[in-house]
Amino acid sequence: MPGKGRAVCVGADIDTDQIIAGRYLRTKDHAVWIEHIFEDLDPSLARRMNGAVIIAGKNFGCGSSREQAAIAIRESGVVAVAAPSFARIFFRNAINVGLPLIECNITCIEGDIVKFDLAEGWVEAQGKKYPVRPLSPRMQEILAAGGLVNYMRAGR
Amino acid sequence: MGTLSERILGGTAGEYVDCHVDRAYVHDGTGVLTLEAWKNMGGKGIQDASHLYVLFDHIVPANNSTTAALQHELREFACGSFLQFSDIGGGICHQIMSEGVVLPGEVVVGADSHTCTLGAFGAFATGVGATDMAAIWMTGETWFRVPESIGIHLSGTLSGAAEAKDLALTYVGRLGMDGATYQALEFIGEGAAALPMDDRLTLCNLAVETGAKAGMFYADDITVQYLAAAGHEARQQVPESCRYQQELDFDLTDIVPVIAVPPRVDTIRPVSDLVGLPLDQVFVGTCTNGRYSDLARFARIVKGRKVAVRTIVVPASRAVLEEAIRTGVLADIVEAGCTIGTPGCGPCLGAHMGVIGEGEVCLSTANRNFKNRMGTGGEIYLSSVATAASSALEGEITPPEEVS
Repeated sequence: MPGKGRAVCVGADIDTDQIIAGRYLRTKDHAVWIEHIFEDLDPSLARRMNGAVIIAGKNFGCGSSREQAAIAIRESGVVAVAAPSFARIFFRNAINVGLPLIECNITCIEGDIVKFDLAEGWVEAQGKKYPVRPLSPRMQEILAAGGLVNYMRAGR
Repeated sequence: MGTLSERILGGTAGEYVDCHVDRAYVHDGTGVLTLEAWKNMGGKGIQDASHLYVLFDHIVPANNSTTAALQHELREFACGSFLQFSDIGGGICHQIMSEGVVLPGEVVVGADSHTCTLGAFGAFATGVGATDMAAIWMTGETWFRVPESIGIHLSGTLSGAAEAKDLALTYVGRLGMDGATYQALEFIGEGAAALPMDDRLTLCNLAVETGAKAGMFYADDITVQYLAAAGHEARQQVPESCRYQQELDFDLTDIVPVIAVPPRVDTIRPVSDLVGLPLDQVFVGTCTNGRYSDLARFARIVKGRKVAVRTIVVPASRAVLEEAIRTGVLADIVEAGCTIGTPGCGPCLGAHMGVIGEGEVCLSTANRNFKNRMGTGGEIYLSSVATAASSALEGEITPPEEVS
């Protein structure tokens, strides 16, 4: 799955409370999550999500299992999230809602254009290609289907 | 020969396996999204409803009409589809599952990160998101990557005022917030074998704060006796020689009362470093420390005295509340000036019933102290029950009194 976007840099150990706070979970309205995404980390991030590739430090998405975190990122127009490691529940959730994750070590330069191809297993930043830890075959199929809902609907 | 995870999941570390799920549960928070995902998947078919649970605990009773409407839809579905249902006041999902439901060797999946608590029974118990759970409702199965395991050797016994929570925070501090990502923790050794079930539940509960997929004890005579009291005939699990990714040693005799300083669970300091820090609120409860033994320990310290700061005590379940009423523990807590909340998660996730304000400091027995979690601009310090009790009496962080 190829894609590209503008780099938005965030730190390490970003927990799902910071992605979408507990006070915004009592709704199914995606617009609420888009409006308040990353509010407790940096309220200006919400305006920079569309077309972004978020480049984070290690252990992105730790903490609560809330799937709203992955949905909020996808619905905000984020193309993919790159990090050296992801918390495992967030990892599954992101793939299940069709949000590409790039497990890799790259330096983030804000606004830089980042390209990637998960099927081929590379990400490119500052004109340099880096290898990506491959997804399992099952996760690749789920992501290719656009998420686990579509995958299950297709009778898998 | 293998780790407990390898034996239960039926594969070797690193391998991907498809597993039958023995029990699966959601709460009012994640259940709403699970139901939506299940409908989007076609909304047809529930695999073995007798092993699917819907347990309301996150915002109970409902805090506004939006929440009430979402809970109404989920309640109607759960009852209409014959899922096992626990309404408001029943208690925290993990606690209910620990009260004679989960058995050794089972694969247990919950739509909540602290599902790892149930590894205390020698089950493989882990958290997933709502969409994964919807697929489990449909098929009764899910996939796992069999985790590598970290062996945590425990020796000695806890002494002085130190309790299992202090050990839990200490190991989180040693491993760090991502020290066990994608891996499982196994608590082993003679120190582990001597710990009662409640302590084991507290230790497994914090596993996810290191990124671990599961935290596990081998079922032994203590597990078997605990489950026998609930009417189950469980079997012990005998450890085999196996390969650990990493091994850590803790002598329980060396554990001292500690506190996790905000905003990270792995920033651990001895209580003695923080003595005198003024508090605005103390919160005792949650899936970490809301069990009967926790309330009893709290009551022994505050009995006959008055708390100096607003203090919220939330029993983890109705069974805990009933026992606290029966034994007089609840009266001691109320007479000391504490406020009692509905069995459930209380203010832990900052949605209601004890949210803190800008600049306020809460000492909590919960498991997370992330920035703004219990309220915007507030700070959360995490401690044991005894530290919370002594601190509540003084209105500031205070070393815990030893209780017999």
